[in-house]
Amino acid sequence: MTAVEISEAVRSGQRSARSVVDMSLSTIGAGEAEVHAFNLVAAEQALAQADEIDRMVAAGEDPGPLAGVPVALKDNLCTRGMGTTCSSRILEGWVPPYDATVVELLRNAGAVFVGKTNMDEFAMGSSTENSAFGPTRNPRDLSRVPGGSSGGSAAAVAAGFAPVALGSDTGGSIRQPAALCGVVGVKPTYGLVSRYGLVAFASSLDQIGPLAATVADSARVLDVISGPDARDSTSIGDPQPPVSATLGDGVDGLRVGVLAELSGDGIAPDVAARVRAAVGALEAAGARVAEASVPAAVYGLSAYYLIAQAEASSNLARYDGVRYGLRVDAPSTPGMNTATRSAGFGDEVKRRIMVGTYALSAGYYDAYYGRAQKVRTLIVDDFASAWEQFDLLVSPTSPTTAFSLGERTDDPMSMYMSDVCTVPVNLAGQAAMSVPYGVGDDGLPVGVQILAPALGEPVMFRAAAVLEASLQ
Amino acid sequence: MGQQRITRAECARVAALARLELTEEELERFTGQLDELLGHVAEVEALDVEGLAPTMHALPIANVLRPDVPGEVLDRDEVLARAPLAEDGQFRVPPVLGEAP
Repeated sequence: MTAVEISEAVRSGQRSARSVVDMSLSTIGAGEAEVHAFNLVAAEQALAQADEIDRMVAAGEDPGPLAGVPVALKDNLCTRGMGTTCSSRILEGWVPPYDATVVELLRNAGAVFVGKTNMDEFAMGSSTENSAFGPTRNPRDLSRVPGGSSGGSAAAVAAGFAPVALGSDTGGSIRQPAALCGVVGVKPTYGLVSRYGLVAFASSLDQIGPLAATVADSARVLDVISGPDARDSTSIGDPQPPVSATLGDGVDGLRVGVLAELSGDGIAPDVAARVRAAVGALEAAGARVAEASVPAAVYGLSAYYLIAQAEASSNLARYDGVRYGLRVDAPSTPGMNTATRSAGFGDEVKRRIMVGTYALSAGYYDAYYGRAQKVRTLIVDDFASAWEQFDLLVSPTSPTTAFSLGERTDDPMSMYMSDVCTVPVNLAGQAAMSVPYGVGDDGLPVGVQILAPALGEPVMFRAAAVLEASLQ
Repeated sequence: MGQQRITRAECARVAALARLELTEEELERFTGQLDELLGHVAEVEALDVEGLAPTMHALPIANVLRPDVPGEVLDRDEVLARAPLAEDGQFRVPPVLGEAP
């Protein structure tokens, strides 16, 4: 059942939230040992939440637009009374004293939290292999990675553990795993969704968004979690129109650009073929298609890795063994800080903190970080020119289908390359989503990325709905 | 890639700045990996960005102000209960200057 179907059935009393959550938990029980989508399955809390939803329905109250819908939450979203680890030893056992804003909004909409999903440690990675608690496997083929860093959330949806999940996307961490697992994944415009209670990685790039089996489900979740929040000073102040309302409006007359810089070299031929098929479907539905160019997008990855790591090195300074999480004792505080961080962080996190520290250090700031911020301006300007000619842009989400476990773990550069199509969007603060569009030569899912200007979500979702319908 | 961009000694200095202690094996591996990564991102050095303003945030964001009245805050005891060590309503740490006897 989709989230939309579940909520209608629960709200109308046709089905109890408890039976829905029971089914979700038994699906998890049957498949979780193989997939390892979760760091924590909160069966008891989920059933108690479901009973409360059923009590409300019985009392004639409306539990909300996600009544009884099982939701899986990425383990970097703070949940009061439920452990939040970011898949790191340094936060193992920590139970947040508060809920993230998105968690509060989902709760108030009647959603039920079935658990916290596995991820690359502190969202640093593209395969969910950088987890202190072991990798997640792709439910479509257990020998492959689910993508990352929101790999547990994408796998949970693909395996049918929950119809929807939340992830976070700093450089593609929602869209890339969604593509590799064959589900829908949305990176909203920066500031559309509050980041309060999202454990920070790179604050000027991070954004929370939904993963779901259908476009309509991802739209419903986005409508629930978006909106201004006084607790996040970067959240957009004005409420935006719901994307669900215009989902069926089609793409007739829309100007769609095929992003040249992200469609040529380095894109696997079978992936490129599926993107062409998707473009054809949009054209058949009335869109006017032409080639688009965002020349600076090719520098996205380099600028991204400097900016994201610089911000990360600053954000992760807070894990010092003083206030929460792990502490490794030493005779002095500086010694304790160093011992704690050296024992608590995994390889990739250390590597990125080092890159960021280097890029910000005296003598290198102008050459690396300062320059990357100016390249970011180039990318923003090039996108702005493209938006004068186009309503939407299209590209692959990932250059390849899901790769094998272990294939890229020894070679950080090859791992980073899987984000080449997604990072420019984060640098420009824009919206984008990945929609599954058939399979590649290996039978594994291919995702098509739809890019929209800032706050272009309603139009972006219309195109996603057209693509989804064209496959049926 | 041409010349080496980061030496083992620089790598060790950066680790110390970041409050990380690396084993010999880690230091060796990270030096090579950081060097490769910096070689790759060096493409930004070749770009003409003269006269461009840096972008800190992609969207125009202004400071948000609110009336200066006390709001809800986290409960102190609840927060301290999650700390590695707390005493008298405060976080407790080893000596900051010098070492414990």
